[in-house]
Formats: sequence, structure tokens, C-alpha cells
Amino acid sequence: MMKKIRAPQELDALRNSLLKQRDPNKPTVRICLGTGCRARGSIKVSKAFIDEIKKHNLDIQVECKQTGCHGFCERGPVVVIGPKEIFYQKVRPQDVAEIVSKTLLNGEVVHRLLYKDPITGQRVTYEHEVPFYKKQTRPVLGNNGRIDPTDILDYIYIGGYQALAKAITTMSCEEIIGTIEKSGLRGRGGGGFPTGRKWRLCRKALGDVKFVIGNGDEGDPGAFSDRSLMEANPHSILEGMIIGAYAIGANQGYLYLRAEYPLALKQLQTAINQAREYGFLGKNIFNSGFDFDIKINRGGGAFVCGESSALIASIEGKMGEPRAKYIHTVERGLWNKPTNLNNVKTWANVPLIINKGADWYAKIGTAKSKGTGIFSLVGKVNNTGLIEIPMGTPLRQIIYDIGGGIVGSKRFKAVQTGGPSGGCIPEESLDLPVDFEKLTEAGSMMGSGGMIVMDENTCMVDVARYFLNFLQNESCGKCVPCREGIKRMLEIITNITEGRGKDEDLELLQELAETVKDFSLCSLGQTAPNTVLSTLKYFRDEYEAHVKDKKCPAGICKDLIEYYILDDKCTGCGACLKLCPQQAIQGEPKKTHVISSENCIRCDICRDACPVEAITVR
Amino acid sequence: MKLSENLSEISKIDDILKNHSWEETALISILHEIENLYDYLPAWALRHISEKLNIPMIQVYGVASFYDAFHLKPRGKYLIRVCKGTACYLKGATQIFDALERELGIKEGETTRDQKFTLQAVHCVGACALAPVVVIGDCYFDKTSPTKLLSILKKMQKNDEKD
Repeated sequence: MMKKIRAPQELDALRNSLLKQRDPNKPTVRICLGTGCRARGSIKVSKAFIDEIKKHNLDIQVECKQTGCHGFCERGPVVVIGPKEIFYQKVRPQDVAEIVSKTLLNGEVVHRLLYKDPITGQRVTYEHEVPFYKKQTRPVLGNNGRIDPTDILDYIYIGGYQALAKAITTMSCEEIIGTIEKSGLRGRGGGGFPTGRKWRLCRKALGDVKFVIGNGDEGDPGAFSDRSLMEANPHSILEGMIIGAYAIGANQGYLYLRAEYPLALKQLQTAINQAREYGFLGKNIFNSGFDFDIKINRGGGAFVCGESSALIASIEGKMGEPRAKYIHTVERGLWNKPTNLNNVKTWANVPLIINKGADWYAKIGTAKSKGTGIFSLVGKVNNTGLIEIPMGTPLRQIIYDIGGGIVGSKRFKAVQTGGPSGGCIPEESLDLPVDFEKLTEAGSMMGSGGMIVMDENTCMVDVARYFLNFLQNESCGKCVPCREGIKRMLEIITNITEGRGKDEDLELLQELAETVKDFSLCSLGQTAPNTVLSTLKYFRDEYEAHVKDKKCPAGICKDLIEYYILDDKCTGCGACLKLCPQQAIQGEPKKTHVISSENCIRCDICRDACPVEAITVR
Repeated sequence: MKLSENLSEISKIDDILKNHSWEETALISILHEIENLYDYLPAWALRHISEKLNIPMIQVYGVASFYDAFHLKPRGKYLIRVCKGTACYLKGATQIFDALERELGIKEGETTRDQKFTLQAVHCVGACALAPVVVIGDCYFDKTSPTKLLSILKKMQKNDEKD
């Protein structure tokens, strides 16, 4: 049993002993075991490294570390070889022997596994030189790839829990809240409410029993930043929560976790157990008389539970229905006690601010949005993954410099931010600096950090239909504007995509959208029409093409398109003919095939099967 | 279910309730544990919870049906989850899902009559960089397509017959 750490000096002593023990020049293999790399087989790669290192009797000389998400999921499995930080991508188990014999034993680089810059064609050797990382600033995510999330000593080694020690032993609650206020930190869950002000309100609220909650119920489809942080650096979230609880005067915390994230659950539970063992959680933390513990609550997979009062109802064991906003959760939240709820990313920013100071933090970002933004950059972009950038970075820089541009040199059409609550931003706004205000002005929002890039083959009417369908399923049904309004909007837009749109539909859609926005009870309903409103504003011509010409310009809406085979490309191989579930394709071997539009159900199987890309839509 | 079996099953539920000190507020955690045990929430278990925790059945059913993580019917031997998150949707998740529906002859959320396959459309599995993603059991298939999935399904059906 580890002796509990009771004084900052004891923490320093532990860290100093780790700094002495650990040689920074020791060869280290860091394998990404984030969800993306795992899905691509990084567990097998990790096992291969362990076996190969044993085989060469390198166990003592080489350290093998299983880390969380490095961010560059597109190139997974990712392996970084320290101390030089050589960046290997798309590593397969069969590559491991070569890496060990060449890089670890002889200091040579395996060129074929390096990242190749698609623009210059040059291979890039070191992690920090890869363009995807080079243009980022990663104070929150930066340690994800450096530490083993299941080992608290790794976190302490990089300076973990120093902020907690500093806050509890040298700062008053007032000073801590003042520092957070001064830093300009705002809620990373989407709303962007000033964190320091929220803490102050909760501290001032009447009552002896108070709670803090970490929201890890990332419900936005297309976002996975909370997940990566919880899986890769769970202690940073815990440290932030303990500091916040101390400043607010709460003795119990809850982490509300998305049901679909089993790995995050495991890592957080391990982290909580270790923090208890070292005395960072439990009774009399740092001999201050302050007691605090954290309990994990698994969510049930409901988007509406991202809303604070719905989330609180869910922790209480009820259906996740929100309540009217005039009762503030900072005054009456969980079990009607003052409750401070922040997103897990917000909590993870807190130790940084305490360590480096409010002024350091306030220097990053724009006038009203401070610090960095974390986004899941996905969709039709070359470098998909998890990115962190200073607030105010223009969209163009994110999509082209970090994201490497659009897949297959197609034309950029829009970028969708903020998940189902957000909107679509068109090409003419590509120079928009990304911060809370600018995104809202453009008709979208920051949200939980999804950034989905769309190209010319994306139908914006279909995208609006997609989000309405999602929201219709996720509306809790408590208030009429949201429950009925979204359903009616979905009906109208479905009619449009299926070729039954009428001229007056667009006006009705606009009116309904504004009504739902103004009269819904919670932010799910209030923001639900954003995608409709933003696409109506920026892509009205696409709606009109669907309604007036009964055409889908992007070639997506099934009822408005036709599949056909290009004469000059078809080799008559018969691949499509064999797979067509409708027997709608005819043709003799080695002669051009033909699709009968009458029988075709536009299932896309023929296009997928065609080896020469001879099948297209009009 | 025979009475003797039933009693031993009920005692399992009682153990779960006991671990949560018969707390009404632990309802969601309790349901998660029962779902882990049976892979769905049997009706008799819900009735038992309602009696033991003194929560009206309508409330237990309300919570059980509100959250996507809970299932009220048994699911098949193989669970196929097609991610329909935004990134996967843009990259053709619907075509993949439709192909599976046609091949298996079932709709979203349903299970084949032989209890082998359950088909689910899920909102997001958090692996957006690998879109479109299909998860079968614990295995992720990344950057997949209708034809790729159909051939995986064929292989599964063949292997299953061998077992």
C-alpha cells in the first residue's frame, strides 16, 4: 500500500525520484491504443513489440508504453520511437521486427513507415515535423501520446497533481476562482459559459452540500474528443475536478459517462482508484481538511442528457428530461443541491491554468474566446483525427494545412460544426476565425467539437434531413415545439428529398424552424433548427433544385437520381451484374453493360463493386 | 422458464439490488448490470425491480425504454452495429445498412428468426476517422463498403454453420 501524499514536498520528492530513475534518453516505444488505432489492430502491434523486445533481450534497455490517442487516427496504428520521436504510421505486426532491429538496435530509420507529405512527396521523420501536428498547439491533448493512462506515476512524472498541491496549499478558494475567471476559460461542452463565473455562482449558492459533475456524455455524432481525453489522460480531468470542488466547496463529484465508451470507463475507474491510493481523493486531501471523492455514473445513450438538467435527472435514476431553465443548476441541481457541471475538457484545462497562470492562458486565443479548441476533424478531409488549435484559427488553415485538404481533390462545399445543434458553414466563410462568437454569428456553434468536412458530393438538403431525423429520435418529448416541430420539419424535408417538394415548402420550413428555435424548453430544441436554417441560408439553390427541378445536384437523394454505366470505361467484367440484388443490370461478357433504371433501387452496390469506376449517377 | 430456474435467476437480480442498497436512485446502474447479465432486460426482471424498489412499473419501463443502451428483447448471437454518425453517414453508411437489411431480411433493431444476427444502427461509435465503421461483436471494420460487408457476412454465416 502506497503511503498517502499529504504535503507538496512529498509530491515533489516523489516526482524528483521519478526524474532521477527515468532516463529521458532511454529508447521508448510508444504505441497508440486509442479507439482508432485499436480498430486498426494496434493491440497486435503492441504485443509484437513486447515479444520482439524480449527476443532481443532488450527489456531493460527499451521501454514499451501503451498510450492513449495520438490524434492522427487516419494514419493508425501510430508508433512513436523516443527519445528522437521518430513517427511511424500504419504499422502492422509484421513491421515490428524491422523497427526493432533497425531503429532500436542500429539507430536507423525505416523509411517506408514514415509519413509522406502528399504535397512535397517528402518523407517526414519526426512527429513534430508532420504537418498535421506542426500547425497545432496541444496543451490539453499533448500528453495523450506520452503517458500510460493506467499509471499515475506517468502523470506525476510530467508534473501531474502539482496544480492541485499548489491550489490547496497556497491559494484561497477566492483566489482559485479569480484565477479561472481571469483566464477567460469558457465551457467546452458547447455553451461556452464562463467557467469562473459558474464556479462563483455555485460557491455563493446557499447550502452545505454541493456537487460537481464532469460531463463525459459525448452524444454528438461525429465527435470523439471527450472520449480520447478520458481514455488517454484521465488524471487531468480528475485533477481539474478536485481543484474545482475545493474552490466551490463540494465534497462529492460525479463523472457522467457515455454508455458506449467502455474503455473510458475502465481508464477513469483505474485513475480514480489510484488517486484514492495516493490521497488525491478521499479524506483530508493535502492535510487541508478537505474531503472529496468521485463516483462514475454510466449514461444510457441519450443525446438530450448532454443538457445539464437532463443529465442531472439521469444521475438521479430518472428519464433524462430537462426542466425549465429559470431554476439554475448552480442553485438547485443534483438532488436539488447546488451543482457545478462542466464538460470533461473544461475540467482538464483547469490544472494548466493553475500551473501556468491566468495570464499565460489568456494570451492564447481571441478577445472573448481564450485557450485552445479541440475538434474531431472528420468527413471528406485527407487527415482525419483529433486536433487542438488556438481559438481564432481560421477554418481554412484547419481544413487545408492541418487536414491536408479535401479527399480526392474534390471541391470543398461546407463544414459542419457543433453536431446536431450546429450549422453548416459555406466556402465563402472559410476565412472565419474559429471561436465561440464567430461560429454562432455564422449560424453554427462550437458544440462538443465535431468538425465535419463536406465536399461537392454531399447533398446539403440530405444533411439537414439527417440531423432532423437524429433529433427527432432524440427529442425527449416533453415540450410541444421540439417534439412536434422537428417531426413536421422532418416530414417536409423528407418530401423534398423524395421529389414531392412544393414551392411553398421552403417558406413553411423557415417559419417552423424559427418557431422551434424560439419556443423550445431546452437547448436541444432551441438549436435543433440550426442545420435547416443555415443550409436554407447558404445553400438555397440546392433546395430549389430539389423542389423545382426535382434534381439532386450532389447525386445523393435516391428518388432524384439515376445510375448509369459509362460506355467508354466499362470493360464488361460482370462484377456489377453478379452482385446486383435486383438483377437490374444486363450485358454480355466483355461488352458494355446497361442498368435498367426501372428495376434499380439505387443501392450503390454496383458502383462499389466496379473495378474501373465506370458506374456513376446523374 | 421453470420455477426452480426462475428462483435462481431472481436471486441474481436480488444480489444486484443488494449491491446498490435497494436505492431507487441507482435504477440506471441496476438496469446496466441486468443488461450485462442477459444482454437485454427481461420483463420479469423489470417487474421484480419495480416491486422490490417500490417504484411504479411505468417508471421502470419509462427509464428502460428511454435510453438506447437498454433492450427489451433478446438479441442474436452476433450483434451488428452500423455506425450512422455524421462522418459515417457522409461516407455511405446508409448503403451499407440497407444492404445488410436486404441480406438478412430484417429491419433496424430486429433479430433474425434463427436468433443469429441482430442489426442495429447506432449514432456514433467515436471512431469517426475510420468512417464508415461497422462493429460486429467487439470487432471494428473500418473504411468498409456494402460489398465488403456482404462478403464478411457470408464468411460469418459459413463459419457459424461449421460450429
